[in-house]
Amino acid sequence: MTKTPHLLKNSLKFPQPELEPVDTTVAVATAATPTPSGTRSDLEPGPRGRKPARRFSRRNLFIYGTLTLVALYYLLPLYVMVVTSLKGMPEIRLGNIFAPPLEITFEPWVKAWSEACTGLNCDGLSRGFWNSVRILVPSVILSIAIASVNGYALANWRFKGAELFFTILIVGAFIPYQVMIYPIVIMLREVGLYGSLTGLVLVHSVFGMPILTLLFRNYFASVPEELFKAARVDGAGFWAIYFKIMLPMSLPIFVVAIILQVTGIWNDFLFGVIYTKPDLYPMTVQLNNIVNSTQGVKEYNVNMAATILTGLVPLSIYFLSGKLFVRGIAAGAVKG
Amino acid sequence: MEPSISIRNLSLDFGSLRVLKDLDLNVGQGEFLVLLGSSGCGKSTLLNCIAGLLEISEGQIFIGGRNVTWEEPSQRGIGMVFQSYALYPQMTVAGNLSFGLKNAGLPKAEIAARVDRAAKILQIEPLLDRKPAALSGGQRQRAAIGRALVRDADVFLFDEPLSNLDAKLRADLRVEIKQLHSKLKNTMIYVTHDQIEAMTLADRIAIMRGGSILQLDTPEEIYLRPNCRYVANFIGSPSMNFFDGRIEGGDHLRFVSGSLNLPLAGYAFADPQGARPGPATLGIRPEHIVSGAEAEAAAISLTAEVDLIEPLGSDTFARVTLDGSNLWIRLDGQARTRPGDRLVIGFAPERAHLFDLDTELRL
Ligand SMILES: Nc1ncnc2c1ncn2[C@@H]1O[C@H](COP(=O)(O)OP(=O)(O)OP(=O)(O)O)[C@@H](O)[C@H]1O
Ligand SMILES: [Mg+2]
Repeated sequence: MTKTPHLLKNSLKFPQPELEPVDTTVAVATAATPTPSGTRSDLEPGPRGRKPARRFSRRNLFIYGTLTLVALYYLLPLYVMVVTSLKGMPEIRLGNIFAPPLEITFEPWVKAWSEACTGLNCDGLSRGFWNSVRILVPSVILSIAIASVNGYALANWRFKGAELFFTILIVGAFIPYQVMIYPIVIMLREVGLYGSLTGLVLVHSVFGMPILTLLFRNYFASVPEELFKAARVDGAGFWAIYFKIMLPMSLPIFVVAIILQVTGIWNDFLFGVIYTKPDLYPMTVQLNNIVNSTQGVKEYNVNMAATILTGLVPLSIYFLSGKLFVRGIAAGAVKG
Repeated sequence: MEPSISIRNLSLDFGSLRVLKDLDLNVGQGEFLVLLGSSGCGKSTLLNCIAGLLEISEGQIFIGGRNVTWEEPSQRGIGMVFQSYALYPQMTVAGNLSFGLKNAGLPKAEIAARVDRAAKILQIEPLLDRKPAALSGGQRQRAAIGRALVRDADVFLFDEPLSNLDAKLRADLRVEIKQLHSKLKNTMIYVTHDQIEAMTLADRIAIMRGGSILQLDTPEEIYLRPNCRYVANFIGSPSMNFFDGRIEGGDHLRFVSGSLNLPLAGYAFADPQGARPGPATLGIRPEHIVSGAEAEAAAISLTAEVDLIEPLGSDTFARVTLDGSNLWIRLDGQARTRPGDRLVIGFAPERAHLFDLDTELRL
């Protein structure tokens, strides 16, 4: 929930079906009339036809120049990280952080993944990675499953107290996390889930609920109401409408929700530290422990490799889902 | 015969707003009833109540003699067609048609047979494998009608099914719906705000306003004897001309308004009690105003100045000024009248409509 991907914008509403399709007969008729090709001689001198694009106008130079600079500014740290992670420690001590590695070595990566020490155990980030996966998968599935049904019920079945329920949920979204940390510790301890992954999964699901419910509610509310009515006349009940009508045309909003949840939960640090214990720490917490470990020399290359490894999951989810998302739209999967 | 649909004392509130007010309505077996009214008068709301898509606040609904007031839409024996077609976008046309039947748990062979039959009737067989996105507006609406058809329902509910189509297609589908009705003989309730659809399709028209039915009658009756000024104004295009004035005289009543002084001897009062002096409104349809030689022979003839001409080919409508107010008259399509011309116009009292000035009810 930390970053809002730009591709959110178009997917928050169900695309309204075109009510008036293009009349094909008209299109054929216009296509059939011969259009004069080439330039005719009886045109006035002066501008004619398509306005020529000025590729190197001052405005273009300015825009592209600025964009390039900004892009470089953001890419530079990544470059430094990648380069450093591929160097050996002697080379790093030379001090030029921008220089490409003279001798490429993958040892820092191996070390970061499987040997680096955090506290008591020395099995690298791999433990944290698998912990994070075991937190991420159930949290994402649970939170999205519940929130989508919530949103669907709120948008389409205006049950008694729906407004109140929704208001409470939204207000909940504005209460600072910090206020709730300790009460949740007590609650988890009472039910015996404190320090377990299950407990953390529950916490993530609960905290994702307001924003996800809002997201789904708004999407389902933008689905034409008559579609829902037609399904009811066709004898579909609450679940049949959800699974057979709403789900199949909600791929975009599910992708958006998955992006939000995967990046948000993967990047989480605070809840991981608080609600689990050391051998169950998620990857982010372990990364911190590796980077901030006080004993011995600072192994910058291992730290960099570990950082990139940790960031790989959100990064790939952006690329992967972005593509899927575009394909979903392009295939007309959601068009009426 | 027992009515197919019977609505008794129906009221519906949205919060504190009473949208339907104590409505009573009986629709006969196989009747084509059109609900007509301006936007927001509660037509769709009434239809949704009959379908069971809205929970009513008071009253009862019977369909086929059965009290369905508390029943689910799918249990009421209805098929419904919506303005926006409301086809399920992810399913093919065949999938759309069979969705309801699958939900009802019908055997596969039966479903296939019904879908085939509906597709044949509506001539959408070649489209069965297409998704709605790949259909034109007319084809989509046919598919939507098909979805209602396969349900084998006794009652069809249409909510402005043609209003998203262009004029030509609308006229075609209107004829198809009429033929469909004469073939299937179902009870149909059809919501529209297009009076041409209403006049051409309906066995009876219910004119609604503000959540009540003002008049429920055959199209002819509604046209010839509107029971109030609102209905008179609503039906007909261009709409009726009105003069506010007074009924005067004793034995020989006359309607007086400005230079208009019309003997009412030929007028058939709805209620003989109404035939007495008092304030009243007179209405006369543009097509019942005659001009030229015919007008000079009419019970009343006046001279008016032509202000505006709207030629439609078959007819020409002219706006004329009389006593400083405008009225529309219908002229022959070939009439050579120009704005600024002076025209003698007149009409027969039996063609006129008189309404009480206060209650707006027909006199
Ligand atoms: N869900 C709702 N909540 C509150 N008021 C509503 C709701 N639906 C409709 N209304 C109100 O009820 C009245 C009747 O609405 P309805 O949709 O039945 O009108 P209509 O006659 O079908 O109009 P149109 O020709 O525009 O479709 C309107 O004043 C409308 O504002
Ligand atoms: Mg409506």
